[in-house]
Amino acid sequence: MIHADILVIGGGPSGLSAAIAAGKSGAEVLLVERSQYFGGQLVKQTHMFFGSEKQHASSRGFDIGKKLVEEVKKYGNIKIFHNTTALGIYEDGVVTLEQKIGAEEIYLKVRPQSIIIGTGALEKSLPFPNNDLPGIYGAGAVQTLMNEYLVKPGKRVLMVGAGNIGLIISYQLLQAGVEVAGIIDASPKIGGYLVHASKIRRSGVPILTGHTIVKAEGDKHLEKATIAKVDDHWKPIPGSEMDMNVDVICISVGLTPSSAFFWQGGCEMKYVRELGGYVPKRNRFLQTTVENIYVAGDSAGIEEASSAMVEGSIAGFAASHDLGFVYEDFDREMQDLLEELQGLRGGEKGAHIRAGYEKVMF
Amino acid sequence: MNQRIENHPIIDIPTRKRLKFFYNGKALFGFEGDTIASALHAAGITQLSKSIKHHRPRGFYCAIGNCSSCFMRVNGNPNVKTCVEPLREDMIVESQEGRGSIK
Repeated sequence: MIHADILVIGGGPSGLSAAIAAGKSGAEVLLVERSQYFGGQLVKQTHMFFGSEKQHASSRGFDIGKKLVEEVKKYGNIKIFHNTTALGIYEDGVVTLEQKIGAEEIYLKVRPQSIIIGTGALEKSLPFPNNDLPGIYGAGAVQTLMNEYLVKPGKRVLMVGAGNIGLIISYQLLQAGVEVAGIIDASPKIGGYLVHASKIRRSGVPILTGHTIVKAEGDKHLEKATIAKVDDHWKPIPGSEMDMNVDVICISVGLTPSSAFFWQGGCEMKYVRELGGYVPKRNRFLQTTVENIYVAGDSAGIEEASSAMVEGSIAGFAASHDLGFVYEDFDREMQDLLEELQGLRGGEKGAHIRAGYEKVMF
Repeated sequence: MNQRIENHPIIDIPTRKRLKFFYNGKALFGFEGDTIASALHAAGITQLSKSIKHHRPRGFYCAIGNCSSCFMRVNGNPNVKTCVEPLREDMIVESQEGRGSIK
């Protein structure tokens, strides 16, 4: 049995930030990450971040990940396990882990006093005929393939979804030397930031709003996509179909929180459309309805890496505080973090997220 | 078919060690740092598995170990998530039929 006051599941932006905050507070922390790298989806973010300076604005995503990992390593009271998958939370408080060491796998147990869950999100798909053909990938998958493994997804891509992820990844496809045939979105408006959309348009890639994908065709790999205009009810208009010869379709229609551990841990859950799916109810310190389980990052609701980092810090300081490990400047730090989070969710763009959070706060 | 990115405005392309592996008996090469799926994809192999019921061709979908659409038999072990399993020298990678079985 491994000893830890606080177990952090997930080594992405929220988990790393949670571990740092708990480490600063003096708790014994175990941070587990299933992949070989820490940083979560930051490792493939080659673009510059917006937001406040405190959350590393104008740094590239992968550099932010590296900084957080370096920070974590400064604390002797934080143990970090990569290649380690949390398998289950048991009724007696034990969490089981599977750790890969080379080609071997070992089984470990930990009984933490508290758990911070930052398991991120899953990519959604879309229903259309032959949507399972090789060549049809989640947009994040294409980003992973290009920016982590330096492999092109194919020759000519149709991007489905003109939100920020769809726009950013389209631009990254161009940077990798891949042709982007077009970006479509069923909505009448581009969902992502104008600055990203303009960059794409300047590169000559058409953005077709009010269009959806109707079907894909191919034998063992995608060969053709058919798109069509949609009416006011988002239904394809017969006769408006258009064929596109593409070998890749990138699906960028949003993410849904990775919620398995909250269900297993017995947290009260709620379906919140604005947050991307089922999420645990929580107070403003990110404590769920199960006293010793906290939530942070995309698994709390789909947002951005900037807010995931702030949430991680809040959960890390709060979970430590509740166990009696109180950071010397706790009150001021917590006040700052809560204000920062409010700032990140401010304005018109944040209205959607704010509406979502109102539904799950207690 | 080579799908490797050779020039990139932001990412430095590192020089990496070449690794030999076997795909359905055929020798292929990938790089250190590849996953099995990225090495196969770079070699133009995009069908990794077949759906269990209708045997439809499947590639990866998520590339981060969530979706189970990239399962293959690796060194005799079935249901390996090839999208996150690091490529190693002399690995034996095979297409898997059905749910797989442990020999």
